[in-house]
Amino acid sequence: MNALRNPAHRAWLVLLVATGITWYLGEAGAAGTAAIVAMLAIAFIKGRLVILDFMELRAAPLLWRVLLEGWLILVSSLILLAYWISLR
Amino acid sequence: MITATIGRMDSTLAPAARSTPQRASRLPGDLAIWFFILAELLAFAVFFAAYAFARAGHVEEFNLYQQTLDRNAGALNTVLLISGSWFVVLAVQAAHRDDRPAIPRNLLLGFLCGGGFLAVKVFEYAAKFGAGITLSTNTFYMFYISLTFFHFMHVILGMVILAILWVQARKDVYGAHDAHGLESGAAYWHMVDLLWIVLFPLVYVMR
Repeated sequence: MNALRNPAHRAWLVLLVATGITWYLGEAGAAGTAAIVAMLAIAFIKGRLVILDFMELRAAPLLWRVLLEGWLILVSSLILLAYWISLR
Repeated sequence: MITATIGRMDSTLAPAARSTPQRASRLPGDLAIWFFILAELLAFAVFFAAYAFARAGHVEEFNLYQQTLDRNAGALNTVLLISGSWFVVLAVQAAHRDDRPAIPRNLLLGFLCGGGFLAVKVFEYAAKFGAGITLSTNTFYMFYISLTFFHFMHVILGMVILAILWVQARKDVYGAHDAHGLESGAAYWHMVDLLWIVLFPLVYVMR
């Protein structure tokens, strides 16, 4: 378990599991509001891990963390808005 | 110039900073690469939003043709890019602890993951183009082909960067004294991964 002290190893494991969940939701034919929110939440968590632990912005100047995490929030919000419009 | 100098000073300070629990604020790599990454991310944000809003006007069409996409190939490609990114992080970490042989080894593994991604994608495109699907077949396929192909080109550029880093690492350029160029290239490679993490659920799964 010593290996899991490395944030990159932890991130890689979580990313693999999260990808498996998204794939499974697709196979199960998940659709509609709950499925969309779940998949966006998973993508958000994955993106954040890449930004913080792969790009190593966890300890970067706040500006760059905000810019990249802000991009992720912007993209997720726009997609959510568009899907919400389509579900009305 | 000033930023590059500051960056280099930072990277020489990095090993000391890493051994202390205090958070030393440091942007990995060159400042210029982060502006480039930001520009690329914004371009893709426009494409992602365009896809999502175009879908809102053609929900039935998008839901129908999304079913024809190879979700297994998309998920496999996610695994390949995630692992490719992970190997490149390991290369950067190896540089910081001055484990020189591990740098090119991990870069090569990252490059091979990229190659695997391209191979899967070529098979996917061959199946679609073989079925007579083109950009003008319908709105969904127009987005599917252009979005994934634009990303495909970024994977190729990322692999070119990894190849350059590999050559440099083999010349023993990177180590604890300087991992600047390596970190810049790595950041670009992670961006390619980040984009696919949004693209895969959006185009292949969400409905």
